[in-house]
Amino acid sequence: MTALPELHRQLDEMRPALLRFALLQLRNPTHAEDVVQEALLAVLEKPDNFSGKSSLRTYVIGILKFKIIDLLRLSGREIQLSDSEDSEQSEADLIDSLFRADGHTQQEASAWGSPHGTLEQKDFFRTLEICLEKLPAQTSRVFMMREWLELSTEEICKELDISTSNLWVLLYRARLRLRECLDLNWFGNLAK
Amino acid sequence: MRFFYTCKQAHQMLSEGMDRQLSVAERAQLKLHLSMCRSCSNFSGQMRLLREAMKKMSKDGGAE
Repeated sequence: MTALPELHRQLDEMRPALLRFALLQLRNPTHAEDVVQEALLAVLEKPDNFSGKSSLRTYVIGILKFKIIDLLRLSGREIQLSDSEDSEQSEADLIDSLFRADGHTQQEASAWGSPHGTLEQKDFFRTLEICLEKLPAQTSRVFMMREWLELSTEEICKELDISTSNLWVLLYRARLRLRECLDLNWFGNLAK
Repeated sequence: MRFFYTCKQAHQMLSEGMDRQLSVAERAQLKLHLSMCRSCSNFSGQMRLLREAMKKMSKDGGAE
């Protein structure tokens, strides 16, 4: 087991990243602070539960995800985010802008190469986080529930009270936006 | 719906395939389109990278 002062130091170091993830998911600074606090307390109350099988970071993120899922279950609908109708329209326009009238892509997607090299780079993940921050709130929450909390589509629909087809559309838009953002800001493919 | 997917349809199917099991017919049409379309094959690779990246972010924040 890690000595306590050392554990405190490591948790302190992780805190900004944990807050960023919680904020990406919840889009509410107060809720984000609360869940991070709860997650850190949970680790400090029972430091022995950390067996060292996974890294401390993986362990703490796992706890944070549980806390976030609890919060979403408890109050998912109350802290529901409503994106305005304007943004609903701009989201539909976004998809249209990527394709020509005959359904072809406006611009050919470029190959991003093998994931391995990319996923080794910390800076890539910072760029990804920035792209996630730029998503509209509801789109971002849904995408994070699916891909970060790794919830099933059934569960997300239940928690947020949305239809499956609505969920598919939201996830599709999120992926298109993230793809555009990463293509430009990480892979450096300027739109022609 | 036409038998051959447009890129727009193929993109949407590639995304939906990450959230639900596509039907045999949908998979066949998608496969056919991808075999002929470099842009959509590249998009497919990009979607795989995005999912792997999120998996890693989900596990350790992407920082290890």
